[in-house]
Amino acid sequence: MEIKNFTIEDLTRLTKNGKVSVKEIAESVIKEIEKNEDTIHAFISIDKEKILKNAEELDKKEKKGKLYGVPVAIKDNMNLADTETTAGSKILKGYISPYTATAVEKIINEGALIVGKTNMDEFAMGSSTENSAFFKTRNPVNPEYVPGGSSGGSAAAVSANEAITALGSDTGGSIREPAAFCGVVGLKPTYGRVSRYGLIAFASSLDQIGPFAKNVKDAAIMLEVISGFDWHDETSVNREDIDFTSLIGEEIKGKKIGLIREVSDFQIQKEVKSSLEKTANLLQKSGAEIVDVSIPHLKYALPAYYIIAPSEASANLARFDGVRYGLFSEGKNLRETYEKTRTEGFGTEVKRRILIGTFALSAGYYDAYYLKASKVRRLIEKDFEKAFEKADVLLTPTTSKTAFKIGEITDPLEMYMNDIFTIPVSLAGLPAISIPAGKDEKGLPIGMQLIGKWFAEKELLQIAYALEKGLK
Amino acid sequence: MEYKPTIGLEIHVQLSTKTKIFCRCSTEFGAEPNTNVCPVCLGLPGVLPVLNEKVVEYATKLGLALNMKINETSTFYRKNYFYPDLPKGYQITQYSIPIASEGFLKIRTERGERKIRIIRGHIEEDSGKSIHTGDITESEFSYIDFNRSGVPLMEIVTYPDIETPEEAYEFLVLLRKTVRYLGVSSGDMEKGALRCDVNISVSKGKSLGTKVEIKNLNSFRSVRRALEYEIKRQIEVLEKGGTVIQETRHLDEKTGETKPMRTKEELNDYRYFPEPDLPPLVLTKEYIEEIKKKIPELPAEREERFVKEYGITREYAHEICASKSLADYFENAVKLSNKPKEIANYLMVNISGYMNEKGISIEEVKFKPEYFKDLLDMIDKGTISKNIAKTVIAESLNTGKKPSVIVKEKGLIQITDTDAIEKAVDEVISENPKPVSQYLNGKTQVMGFLIGQVMKKTRGKANPKIVSGILAKKLNTMKK
Repeated sequence: MEIKNFTIEDLTRLTKNGKVSVKEIAESVIKEIEKNEDTIHAFISIDKEKILKNAEELDKKEKKGKLYGVPVAIKDNMNLADTETTAGSKILKGYISPYTATAVEKIINEGALIVGKTNMDEFAMGSSTENSAFFKTRNPVNPEYVPGGSSGGSAAAVSANEAITALGSDTGGSIREPAAFCGVVGLKPTYGRVSRYGLIAFASSLDQIGPFAKNVKDAAIMLEVISGFDWHDETSVNREDIDFTSLIGEEIKGKKIGLIREVSDFQIQKEVKSSLEKTANLLQKSGAEIVDVSIPHLKYALPAYYIIAPSEASANLARFDGVRYGLFSEGKNLRETYEKTRTEGFGTEVKRRILIGTFALSAGYYDAYYLKASKVRRLIEKDFEKAFEKADVLLTPTTSKTAFKIGEITDPLEMYMNDIFTIPVSLAGLPAISIPAGKDEKGLPIGMQLIGKWFAEKELLQIAYALEKGLK
Repeated sequence: MEYKPTIGLEIHVQLSTKTKIFCRCSTEFGAEPNTNVCPVCLGLPGVLPVLNEKVVEYATKLGLALNMKINETSTFYRKNYFYPDLPKGYQITQYSIPIASEGFLKIRTERGERKIRIIRGHIEEDSGKSIHTGDITESEFSYIDFNRSGVPLMEIVTYPDIETPEEAYEFLVLLRKTVRYLGVSSGDMEKGALRCDVNISVSKGKSLGTKVEIKNLNSFRSVRRALEYEIKRQIEVLEKGGTVIQETRHLDEKTGETKPMRTKEELNDYRYFPEPDLPPLVLTKEYIEEIKKKIPELPAEREERFVKEYGITREYAHEICASKSLADYFENAVKLSNKPKEIANYLMVNISGYMNEKGISIEEVKFKPEYFKDLLDMIDKGTISKNIAKTVIAESLNTGKKPSVIVKEKGLIQITDTDAIEKAVDEVISENPKPVSQYLNGKTQVMGFLIGQVMKKTRGKANPKIVSGILAKKLNTMKK
């Protein structure tokens, strides 16, 4: 069998009625990995023997579960008991998780075949996966280009058929941007929809786990698996609506699609611009109505984000001090030990953000930075609330440009600009999906972002599916 | 003009929940190091805090008992600093809006009743415990025990309303009584369940002097000693024309002197910011009312009631109410036999003495509260004398046997049989001719001696009233 021809739906139909064994699937995935991994480098840790062994065990079990036999890749910032979890950082090299993240556990409980742990920007800080402490992942569409980030490994794994689906985490665009760059579907759920327990925190008020998939329906199936209240996470939400697939395929006549006026204030690559127009037209043709909406504070999202996220990160990353686990570099005294350990253990971008965050929270600066940024965040939330009075979903490009070459962007501020359309959504805690919408002149994928109302993933996926159908 | 001390207290009360504040690990004291731990209280990557409901209940209870306002919405913050026994690199605590604010406790002092106001009470997690090999500054390496990491604390901060070391002591005593009454903390200072830091300054005028903080005081006595020393020291500095330096000091338990802390602790900027992992803590009015209903009568009120209702002395009431279980014991006994004064007396003299001698608590005392009825009934009926009663209590404290059983077994029943007593009286009269003739010559005070002799002969079992009646009658006949 050729794994690349399959979606979750197709595959589980075959595995459940015994037409294909999980072992056959495992062998097929390993074949793809052997073919691609030397170029792509999607995985930080992968163990072919273990994949086969797990497949054999799954074959012995009752053939059930929404993901029975489906090869899933996991971003390396999620804990999986008894395996190495590094978050792409040298400071956690060799760290073995003593427990499993809730989202990962849910996937395992549905019969998934875990392929391995994927590469990422260190502690999810980056937009290209170039900030991994270990190696760079390449874009399967064109290996000279970055796969995006920070969940670049997960996006690349799905794009290169090294997995059918994958888990990523999104703080400011870390699922949607790599999905756009690699030409796959990436979904960031509403903040609180998926438990963060076991996800190594970058910015706790923004982090959310979500799936990469080959199509919208697979993403919806994955969301059904990973969502739900978890007593381990007080920010996870207890809600009844856990069905995200039943509206898929329903027509979207009368749905209101909002185009954000302020998006055009930013420089957008011309092919991306025309793809946005084409997408809007397609939706219109399907019976949806295009409405004009405004997010007046859109341009303040990026600066606010780069205060809030680093502030939270500066505290979240304080635990990596070499005292209990991870890299330990001994100095003459305690202070020197801290300094040496953290100097050696963290990469440049992580240090930069820790410093920004530490500064922003310092006495005398808190009001001007953190507090102000929090107020901006409220305003952005309000802007979206208002926009959703007129529209059911909002449509923007996922990124203003398609993927860039490895090593091309060295200025951090230029790098941060990759997330201008994804960050406002994260600040507001809204769900959003990136779906492939054509290619540019160089053949690089373009991604379109659909933003839903809070906890309205069902409707968002319905519209995304219709759009995906139209684009094909 | 005299120097006036201004004192404020910061007290950490360990809430006695079974499990920690943010995980399900046990809070048991004295367990093998690093056994009551899990990924959450070790701050492993990816874990999240989950607030223990019991901690909220206990903190609400304590807040209400300290006459504080319970805030319907309070928030958690991260207090950032690096230290090996702080596994996350920050402590989760409350900052801008604590669970409880603005309260007071009224204490009794030599100057009468004093109201000590409380600024706030907030909940937070404890850190682990560092164990240094020798002195902290020279320790080559240190051990860390994370059993304490995540143990729930409520920090109580007073206004600087305290003016003497005695008042600070009384405040702490009353606070400890209160937490024990509520059952929200063991209040054991030696186990770290109550920890106190003090702020102290002295000044002559209206403006306050420079504040010195004294940390790590490990007993109520230490608090008093440290304050006494510090007041003297600060006055001396000022009298010599010097200035008090704002610093943190500690008490040298051996010398009773306070000394500047020797740690090279730099000025910390804790960079507080809202804890994104915990939503604001929202308590409904109904919840707060429910907790209010669960609060038992508190020591000060109970003491007042004991004086009024039972007519026992203030001293006894104060001592009995010092412990809720002792006061409960007393009331149980009173309910059955309705002789509060006698019970208070036996309790504070005989039973208390025994408890002190054996170092046990009232819960461990074998003389049960219902025994009082048994005992006092026997006294009333004249079955035993008050003297014998003391012997019976002493016996029951050792064996746990019911007083009437002891009396029967030991043959302690009072001799009311006049024939037997008359026989003894006759013997005493014939054996003691000298005192008898003294009595007959008008020295009536020898009567006591003669009664004592009769009692001795009957091994204390004779009813003293009957003895003195018969003796008087016989002696009076001899007069004629």
